[in-house]
Amino acid sequence: MREVAVVAFAQTRHTDHDGGLSEPELILPVINEVKQSTGLKRFGFTCSGSCDYLAGAPFSFVSALDALGAWPPISESHVEMDAAWALYEAWVRLQHGDIDSALVYGFGKSSLGDLREIMTLQLDPYYLAPLGLDQLSFAALQASAAGAERKELDEIVRRSRADGRSNPYALDLPEDVGDEYAVEPIRKSDVAPITDGAAAIVLAAGDLARELCARPAYIRGIAHRIEPHYLGMRDLALSVSAADAARAAGVGKGPVEVAELHTQFAHEEPILRRALELPDGTVINPSGGPLAANPVMATGLIRIGEAARRIHDGTAARTVGHAAGGPCLQHNLVTVLEA
Amino acid sequence: MGNRCAVIGVGQTHYTTKRRDVSIAGLVREAAVRALEDAGLTFKDIDAVVVGKAPDLFEGVMMPEAYLADALGAAGKPMMRVHTAGSVGGSTALVGASLIQGGVHDRVLVVAFEKQSESNATWALSTHLPFSASLVVGAGGYFAPHIREYIRRTGAPEHIGHLVAVKDRLNALKNPYAHLKIPGIDLKMVESTPMLWEPIRYLDTCPSSDGACAMVLSSESAVTGTPAWLHGTAMRSEPIFRADRDTVSPQAGKDCAADVYRQAGVTDPRRQIDVAEVYVPFSWYEPMWLENLGFAADSEGWKLTESGATALDGDTPWNASGGVLSSNPIGASGLIRFAEAALQVRGMAGEHQVDGARLALGHAYGGGAQFFAMWIVGREKP
Repeated sequence: MREVAVVAFAQTRHTDHDGGLSEPELILPVINEVKQSTGLKRFGFTCSGSCDYLAGAPFSFVSALDALGAWPPISESHVEMDAAWALYEAWVRLQHGDIDSALVYGFGKSSLGDLREIMTLQLDPYYLAPLGLDQLSFAALQASAAGAERKELDEIVRRSRADGRSNPYALDLPEDVGDEYAVEPIRKSDVAPITDGAAAIVLAAGDLARELCARPAYIRGIAHRIEPHYLGMRDLALSVSAADAARAAGVGKGPVEVAELHTQFAHEEPILRRALELPDGTVINPSGGPLAANPVMATGLIRIGEAARRIHDGTAARTVGHAAGGPCLQHNLVTVLEA
Repeated sequence: MGNRCAVIGVGQTHYTTKRRDVSIAGLVREAAVRALEDAGLTFKDIDAVVVGKAPDLFEGVMMPEAYLADALGAAGKPMMRVHTAGSVGGSTALVGASLIQGGVHDRVLVVAFEKQSESNATWALSTHLPFSASLVVGAGGYFAPHIREYIRRTGAPEHIGHLVAVKDRLNALKNPYAHLKIPGIDLKMVESTPMLWEPIRYLDTCPSSDGACAMVLSSESAVTGTPAWLHGTAMRSEPIFRADRDTVSPQAGKDCAADVYRQAGVTDPRRQIDVAEVYVPFSWYEPMWLENLGFAADSEGWKLTESGATALDGDTPWNASGGVLSSNPIGASGLIRFAEAALQVRGMAGEHQVDGARLALGHAYGGGAQFFAMWIVGREKP
């Protein structure tokens, strides 16, 4: 495959409340930031990820084009998925060989609605959604199946929050994890916080990557897999699709210094850690991860951005970024980045 | 453009107002299985699945691809979900093709659908954010002023739109999958229907349909059956609120056409493209797109329509299938254009086949006439 690298990454200072910014206003600064850091004003391809149901209106991505200043008209597409899949689409487009750069962005304001109930609407509308199972309840089913120790989960939450407090873009969440249940066995602290935010990444191929970035984070492998929707068809203690994607992306071909995992619940970390076969030495979510900031639809892209950042700043040579979608980790994307 | 890519299977459902006999999953699977049968393949032969549909509010299912993974045989495979407004069907085909052109996969199933009977599309399109006044109702309310501006600029007589409304419905009578079948349709009938949004009368608009369309796309080495080869693919988008944007003949449409023509070596689209399937949801959009796509000079599009050149037996047939005016499962409507273009160059369009079609254009647009997706397919390898 053609050599493609993450050469720039920017994110908003995520908030746990509606800061009064519209989606285009949220996006504009991060787009400007990656344009400035790369010096690029136009891109060969642009792709974004967002979700209409967060805004409660159709076509929430349309006005984002105004933030881009898409004039003259641009070659552009959109996925109704986490923007990590927009990055995948852009990476595929760069494989054609006729363009050398791509802009990817994602955004979401989950403060505007009831995210837990909105996620119910993602379930099979005939057999599952009418049961009213909300996001916390189906995550609790997976947590039960995975059967992680409470001590381990609390440790994951404490570590994520501590890392989040030292990450200027993440939320400041308290050290005390409390003992209140959301839906047993999930505690409130196990749940990624409601967050508004956006992120952008620039991909570049070949010589352009080296021109734009001192230490490009090359995508050595990227793959994603989905598995059956119905929870009863899966062994929820495992993530078969994450394991398949990790193998296809070549995670095991070398050491992994840092892995940024799209863990919206604490119990997903041990599940994903096993699926990706990450060794004990791998640092998980040094940014704080989604448990410290979860701007839905950008969270997965931020994982790739954070994994790339460790390579850009020279603190790591091989990292992994992971993104997930669908109920109980139904869909998983794994990216391997190398210096 | 990357590696060669071909359409090797097309599957459609019979478009209709309400498909009460199937779920959304049943609907998409019906189209997918037909496309696979056309290609002589099964789900096992597919490497990845790409799903497209217009706003999720249309059925009230958020990101329905998660739920459709099982019905589309996607479990264990990569699956993508595309949403680019009304152009989404076209974009879905292009994202699927990109996976092959980029050398990532050999066979990709692309599926687009809408089950409009599950909700009310006009009102799903009419929601608006707090504190921003929504001055239009549905897509017709949005596009009617653009059509009036086209008429003002060109001086086109008022029956031009009705001519398209009649022509596309006559074509639909020859397409077994078309939704609207109106035997005996003529100018008088269209003129007698109620005015909805001046100058759009009831029969100048597209129907609300339930339906799905699917295609199997293949790399050169994995071709089965009769291929339609991709000669060009392009997408363009422009901002909806840009001041001085020409909403009647958008720059993004012109640029997208220029890009796809350049790739396919087309310099005179009217002469070189044997048949075009163009997204015409309101009859007046035929003359408007004839100009935007370079089939006619500025202000001359309506004359081409009036001359009968775009009829099935004309010299540049447009929407031989009956087009969006005859079948409109919104999210699928763009993909149907792309699929019908492929059927034509494969010589498999049945009664609405354009004799000897060798090069065909598939076109879709969406949003406030700001998102464009196009491809050109041919009988021969590029």
